[in-house]
Amino acid sequence: MDTPVEYYLVLAAILFGIGALGVLIRRNVIVILMSIELMLNAVNVTFVAFARQQWSVDGQVIVFFVMTVAAAEVAVGLAIVLMSFAQRKTINADEINLLRW
Amino acid sequence: MTLFWILAFLTVPAALTVVLHRNPVYSALALVFTLFQVAIMFVALEAYLIAFLQVIIYAGAILVLILFAIMLLSLEPEEPSPERSTMRAWGWGVAALLMLELGAVASMEHGASPAQAGPKDFGSVTSVATELFSTHLLPFELTSILLLVALVGAVVLARRRS
Repeated sequence: MDTPVEYYLVLAAILFGIGALGVLIRRNVIVILMSIELMLNAVNVTFVAFARQQWSVDGQVIVFFVMTVAAAEVAVGLAIVLMSFAQRKTINADEINLLRW
Repeated sequence: MTLFWILAFLTVPAALTVVLHRNPVYSALALVFTLFQVAIMFVALEAYLIAFLQVIIYAGAILVLILFAIMLLSLEPEEPSPERSTMRAWGWGVAALLMLELGAVASMEHGASPAQAGPKDFGSVTSVATELFSTHLLPFELTSILLLVALVGAVVLARRRS
């Protein structure tokens, strides 16, 4: 591999940090979901980079599972967002506080 | 190496656009671009099947779902509120700390590759599927149950109550 694995790991760390930033500073629930997708993708890059370094397919199989979980999470998450919007006319994370102390 | 730097300089601004743009539709479009960049990254790392799945599942299915939700809700761009500025500052600080921490760990030496040239079919459908259906068969079957539960849950949640 001409590019060392550390380069990809640092890029994945940056992407994960950007995703975490989105979850922390945004109030739009859909943008928060997209930021979570960004974080999951950063983790996938890490898995694939290590799989390439070790010549082991296990990392790629785990990426497959992560993608499945991400798809399920988005489907249920967007259903909750739609239901919440139908009932409360808002998708602002600050105003959806029924379950908050 | 050149490919990596091109990818890095395209992916990071696109990811920042996803997080910082006030209009969620532009965020979604920037997310499509970011996911395609990650797919190219997978090809560069010789994970060909995963790259295909990335394009089909993420850039195809998941993004269409998100865009559908945005269109259904017909949102207006959110405007910054003054009482949230301290929270935003905290968010920036925590995210910067997390990024520094992860970057420090990631940039440590991780050892060299055990073999210079790997197996010839590395990352192909055959090699990934062989692993998936032998060693990881039980998790694979559980995955189908997870998808079924998510499907039923989404339908039950989004259904109009009469």
